[in-house]
Amino acid sequence: MNVRKKKKVEMRNVIRVTAAWVITLLLFFPLGWLFLTAFKTELQAISVPPLVIFSPTLENFHEVQERSNYLQYAMNSVITSVVSTLLGLMIAAPAAYSMAFFRSKRTRDILMWMLSTKMMPAVGALVPIYVLAQKSSLLDTRTGLIIIFTLSNLPIMVWMLYSHFKDIPNEILEATRMDGATLWQEFTRVLLPLSLGGFASTGLLCLVLSWNEAFWSLNLSAAKAGTLATLIASYSSPEGLFWAKLSAASLMAIAPIVVFGWFSQKQLVQGLTFGAVK
Amino acid sequence: MNDLTRGHLFKVTPGFLECCKVNHRLLPRLLLTPAVLTLLLWMIVPLVMTLYFSVIRYNLMQPDQTGFVGLENFEYFVTDPSFWTSVVNTVLLLGSVIVITVVLGIGLALLIDEPFAGRNIVRMLLISPFFVMPTVNALLWKHMMMNPIYGVLAQVWQFFGATPVDWQTDWPLLSVIIMISWQWLPFATLIFMTALQSLNREQLEASRMDGATYLQQVRYMYLPHLARSMAVVIMIEMIFLISVFAEIFITTGGGPGDASTNMAFLIFKQALLNFDAGVASAGALFAVILANIAAVFLIRMVGKNLD
Repeated sequence: MNVRKKKKVEMRNVIRVTAAWVITLLLFFPLGWLFLTAFKTELQAISVPPLVIFSPTLENFHEVQERSNYLQYAMNSVITSVVSTLLGLMIAAPAAYSMAFFRSKRTRDILMWMLSTKMMPAVGALVPIYVLAQKSSLLDTRTGLIIIFTLSNLPIMVWMLYSHFKDIPNEILEATRMDGATLWQEFTRVLLPLSLGGFASTGLLCLVLSWNEAFWSLNLSAAKAGTLATLIASYSSPEGLFWAKLSAASLMAIAPIVVFGWFSQKQLVQGLTFGAVK
Repeated sequence: MNDLTRGHLFKVTPGFLECCKVNHRLLPRLLLTPAVLTLLLWMIVPLVMTLYFSVIRYNLMQPDQTGFVGLENFEYFVTDPSFWTSVVNTVLLLGSVIVITVVLGIGLALLIDEPFAGRNIVRMLLISPFFVMPTVNALLWKHMMMNPIYGVLAQVWQFFGATPVDWQTDWPLLSVIIMISWQWLPFATLIFMTALQSLNREQLEASRMDGATYLQQVRYMYLPHLARSMAVVIMIEMIFLISVFAEIFITTGGGPGDASTNMAFLIFKQALLNFDAGVASAGALFAVILANIAAVFLIRMVGKNLD
């Protein structure tokens, strides 16, 4: 009886693990296919039936770099996402600190209001922002994109940092204050070490969001300040029919952030739960 | 020494407390100001400009035609047959993606809840689509997956002897839903997975001893435990997906007709394809209203879960 039950459990386990792997591979398939196609020639890319075994070529990567100056776009992506993340953290941290440790009746309203600004469709502000950017000659500049990215990520950053700070007992900070620490000391010596994880996950998420941001970069930037998202959009059509090149360009655009994401996923997911998952 | 310190503290404390009282009111507000101010500007300035644009004639191609037109732009936008289609599409898109990702996400999270060989690799592969930028996501599905002749899906269909589906022409909204669900499913799965890790294993074991079936466990233990993370997933997805743009822009272009045009894309069409900033602004105000309705729902539904 017991043995039979054990066998049944084992059988169930095998099915469970197999199902998990099959579903995972199915979900990953589009990306895996993209990866393979990037190393094919154009002819191999559209062969019927699809080729799985072939001799890889780096031709496509060369061509993408030559034709559309990949490195410049990549540089724009790196600069805009890193700077906007740092800037955002600098503005968001004091606000989150203030709300987490000096709660008032309005704290929740302010938080909800901030989040609701994030829900406003960006397209609603497109015309005014476009006009403003044009008037202040920020159109197609990295500065313009940095400002926009910072502002559009700010609500999420404040919220994430807030939910991390909230878990720190107020007494610790009060004790530091009693000992005569200045605000700066309190912040750098106590709060920062205690919530390093929170800062990391907030920063990571914003880096990913800015890197992948498509709406504003598509509409406000072009050849000069364009990020990788705009570079890829330019392959939309009719060059989209050249699958191998498209795949190579796509791979070059997503590889940095995907690899970065793999290494930081645990941290990132912890932060994304907004303190709702302990 | 000890006495000295205590005395020292005692002497200083009253004054310190007094200064703290001032601090207690002023300092927090000061710290809050930069964030609130920038966000306020970020919200108010475009809103006021949009309000202004929405009541004047403002066509980028006809700069000589100006002047106050009252509510004409609004009338034009609302009576446009695309308007209601776009509202329905926005809601459909948002609703289906949320339902798909939450249901499948919970399923997947339960499937990989217990450790097994290669679980870390599964986790890594699973989260990957979340890091893919919308433009790549869209192109990848448009050309390589859903192309009716060479696309992978078409090949699979053919392999089974079925007629390949022309996804983007015949099922435009569904294609967009599939792409976006693919991108957000990893997010939901990982949140649920993280949440499940904190489920009390002893209770789970005890319930099994008492003869609870797996389905009962799911119903009475797993799902209630996931309530808060469900709230988080729904909230974040609502925030990010109410104004999906890039995927539609690159794949279907809102078409055929208006079949996959959502509110965001309709406004974009008015502004940059018809060059009518006035009508686009009127539309933007409707989008703001829609966002606010969604926000009210959101606060009702999940707000208290996040305190």
